Amino acid sequence: MIEYDAAGLTVPTPAGDRLVLEATSLRLTERRIAVVGANGSGKSTLARMVNGLVAPSVGRVLVDGVDAARHGARVRRHVGFCFTDPAAQLVMPTCVEDVELSLRRVERNPARRRQRALAVLERHGLADHADVSVHALSGGQKQLLALAGVLATEPSVLVADEPTTLLDLANTRRVGELLLGLEQQLLLVTHDLELAARCDRVIVVEEARIRYDGAPDAAVADYVASVAA
Amino acid sequence: MSQPVLVGIYQPGHTVLHRLPVGVKLAGLAGFSLAIVLVRSMPAALVFLAVALGLALLGRVSLPTLLRAARGVLVVALVVAGLQWWLGGYAKAVETLVDLVTLALAAAVLSATTPVHAMLDAVVRWVGPLRRVGVDPERVALTFTLAIQALPATITLAVETRDAARARGLRSPRAHLAPFVVRVIARAHETGDALAARGVGDD
Repeated sequence: MIEYDAAGLTVPTPAGDRLVLEATSLRLTERRIAVVGANGSGKSTLARMVNGLVAPSVGRVLVDGVDAARHGARVRRHVGFCFTDPAAQLVMPTCVEDVELSLRRVERNPARRRQRALAVLERHGLADHADVSVHALSGGQKQLLALAGVLATEPSVLVADEPTTLLDLANTRRVGELLLGLEQQLLLVTHDLELAARCDRVIVVEEARIRYDGAPDAAVADYVASVAA
Repeated sequence: MSQPVLVGIYQPGHTVLHRLPVGVKLAGLAGFSLAIVLVRSMPAALVFLAVALGLALLGRVSLPTLLRAARGVLVVALVVAGLQWWLGGYAKAVETLVDLVTLALAAAVLSATTPVHAMLDAVVRWVGPLRRVGVDPERVALTFTLAIQALPATITLAVETRDAARARGLRSPRAHLAPFVVRVIARAHETGDALAARGVGDD
């Protein structure tokens, strides 16, 4: 379970303190939770607090009772994170080597690590690309590989920050289906309202605060109405 | 649209070079590089080039990989050779050019016949004893690897930034350099975040 305990963030700037996210309290127990909102509204900050990438300046975020900011390494063993741009996540030359990088901390034996990495690629339909350069993949394949790398360590929670924003329609659907079909708890930051509507709960963020939090249809309708207003 | 420069691409195989231990290959590369730097003559430079090409044949490294490796250093090699021409004459310039291309080819042979994780594991083993004085071998190995892997991405950013400046009709070096530096730093931050998110370096 993910719990925001009055967690908020203010950052100092030359022009004075800037509120990025006001103190927020949430208990996320549903399997698939979407976060929608305008660019710069605070969605990504909300998501990044879950695995300690961003530490709140007030309050705290707990994952299964563990403070994500104070025990980041412990939390990251159970919380995977997928970014918008897969190019920043893929750091090894070939697909299999990139998945192996994720597995280094859980599997020390090189031969077994390679086998596990190949099995992960097989699961995500990338078995034929094991020895292919990560630079030679299409955008959709890169995002699938980035996801495969994150899921290789079998986290119990996956946070995905706009994972389909850079993808074409076919790959958006492919990645969307993969995400919604996961067994893991999913916290999905997205601009894809169709995808958000298929989640169990939707949070609308507006100007650094939670504007709406509830059932998908009502939340999406509220967001659309707020944009139209 | 510019193609990304591909370096450090392992090509699976069962040649003698593929089977050699990583330490032997790295020591060999270090010795070979030293010899290239220390033995200064045109005939020696051509012999070294022939040796590098022979090793590429032995390791069955593909021609495109060799060409990309040579192309990767060509700009720097031409600039350095130009400087040598000005300082020491034509023969010196050609020798320098050949030496630099030979070094790039030798490095390409090593990375084409050695999986990245084998190199990572080797560095972790070598740095292992320093754990007692607080050094994290995994982190050291990862730093080496990232430094090498960052090259293609950085070159791609440079080419993209140059293309963007050209598209806007900007010719000044500042129009290339300033956004390039900003993008490199931004990419470094993104990669750092991505590695942290994957728990790399946490243990």
